[in-house]
Amino acid sequence: MFIRIPFAAMLGLFFTAIFFLTAIFAPLIAPYGYDEVVSNGFWEPASAEYLFGTDNIGRDLLSRMIYGLRTTVWIATLATLLSFTTGSILGFLAAVMGGWIDQLLSRFVDLLMSIPSLIFALVILSITPITVGVLIIVMGFLDSTRVYRLARAVAVDINVMDYVEAAKLRGEGRGWIIFREILPNALSPLVAEMGLRFIFAVLFVSTLSFLGLGIQPPQADLGGLVRENAEGLTYGIGAALYPAITIAILAISVNLVADWVLARTTSLKGGRG
Amino acid sequence: MGPVATLLVQRISLGLLLLFLVSILIFAGTMILPGDVAQQILGQSATPEALANLREELGVNDPAITQYFNWLGGILTGDLGTALTSGQSINEAVGRRLANTLFLAFWAAVVAVPLAIFLGLLAVRYQERWPDKMISASTLTTISMPEFVLGYILMFVLGVQLRWFSPTAVSYRPDADLLTRLEAIALPVLVLTLVVLAHMMRMTRAAILNVMQSAYIETAELKGLTTFDVIRKHAFPNAIAPIVNVVMLNLAYLVVGVVVVEVVFVYPGMGQYLVDHVTKRDIPVVQACGLIFAAVFIGLNLVADLVAILTNPRLRHPK
Repeated sequence: MFIRIPFAAMLGLFFTAIFFLTAIFAPLIAPYGYDEVVSNGFWEPASAEYLFGTDNIGRDLLSRMIYGLRTTVWIATLATLLSFTTGSILGFLAAVMGGWIDQLLSRFVDLLMSIPSLIFALVILSITPITVGVLIIVMGFLDSTRVYRLARAVAVDINVMDYVEAAKLRGEGRGWIIFREILPNALSPLVAEMGLRFIFAVLFVSTLSFLGLGIQPPQADLGGLVRENAEGLTYGIGAALYPAITIAILAISVNLVADWVLARTTSLKGGRG
Repeated sequence: MGPVATLLVQRISLGLLLLFLVSILIFAGTMILPGDVAQQILGQSATPEALANLREELGVNDPAITQYFNWLGGILTGDLGTALTSGQSINEAVGRRLANTLFLAFWAAVVAVPLAIFLGLLAVRYQERWPDKMISASTLTTISMPEFVLGYILMFVLGVQLRWFSPTAVSYRPDADLLTRLEAIALPVLVLTLVVLAHMMRMTRAAILNVMQSAYIETAELKGLTTFDVIRKHAFPNAIAPIVNVVMLNLAYLVVGVVVVEVVFVYPGMGQYLVDHVTKRDIPVVQACGLIFAAVFIGLNLVADLVAILTNPRLRHPK
């Protein structure tokens, strides 16, 4: 089977693959440890020994970025999975059950979506301890509202199909209807959306860490690395720009892939709509 | 009352109801953890006296409902409470900082809105040709970048290396003359503009393209008008309502952008105030700021709705 992949999607796939492989094999690739102080100076310029130079307290910036990428990708992936599981299961449930359950869930989601996620996350993080687990739960929970809306909308359409009707008449339970009838048919739009939600999670966790409310030192994700090295910028030291640009390239690559998947799945359904 | 007025009143009361529910949500968000709030704030090493004092100050000895209504009552009578960390009134700090934030957001809007509409029209005019493609490629780039990445790149290149603008907004003084103030916020305004520009332009383009598919546009084309005249005389007037809607939605989006951009450029606004006090776990300040941000966000969305109802007769007759 040979699919013609457009150049932009190819480029996106290539970089996405590199980012994920780097994240998985970080300990093998990184030349130094993430918290290993390798030199006495700080913000040393790039050299053969330290490809991207050293950071604000003399750690190898490249190694820190490789570990930071791992943290970012890891957290974003888990948050995306969480938002997809809760969002789609609740969305399907609302569509199948209808009635007051649907009303209650949908109005609650409307309420959550009526304020910006970042503001709500800040309110919650002002009281919870800031750990990786809490971050994943908060991000996954806030983002599941969007998945819920999509999943519900798709499932409402599928729920009135003849084969679902047939399954109901056969006497299948709700579990069967959701997992054996609706889920397989709703999968392609949901998967297409997954890339976009992943980007959102990457940007979200980076922003939180940048604000000092995400991953806590000495651990760092890409956003945290920008924060650590940002002070150097005003002295003309560009160390913070490497992790910053990495975030942008990661997000753009995944976006290119997601765009392509989205275009393919919509064309499978016979045009946009 | 006419049908329009009824609809407007309905929307406004719906907005107020939403704001009320959001205030509950924000209040509940800071009570989400089981156990002792005071302990959470002060940490494990706090002395019992300090804990008791803080509990008294927060009023957590009362049941949650009483606490909520005390808080809400205070806000409705114009008292946002007292900051735990400084012991000063939140009103005063918010009053000063809100003005700064609005100043920043206002100038970002002044630059972004006309530019977005112009570029959106341009993209439609040269649809599927290189200006359109270039515009959509650059919007993809800015959409994929968090605000702080864009902010630091521009700060480094335009502020530090080229020295075109002041790299941070630390020098901003609210009582300086307008030109000095504008100079201090030039870079933050540029970043905010780029952040909302992409969304605004994409949506403007989509809104106009939607109108362009109508039958009356085809008629106008068939009678021999140039593409530009078709857009100017027929498409644009019909697209105004959706465009105003788009603009309002994106101004609401500015509310979020402002939080991060203020931290990047060390600008003394509401966003920085909020983030600072989240780090310090100063709950009353976080609640007050969260509610203000939410209210502005909901308010702008409400205005978008109202404008849509007023300008689009089709919406006045629900099916």
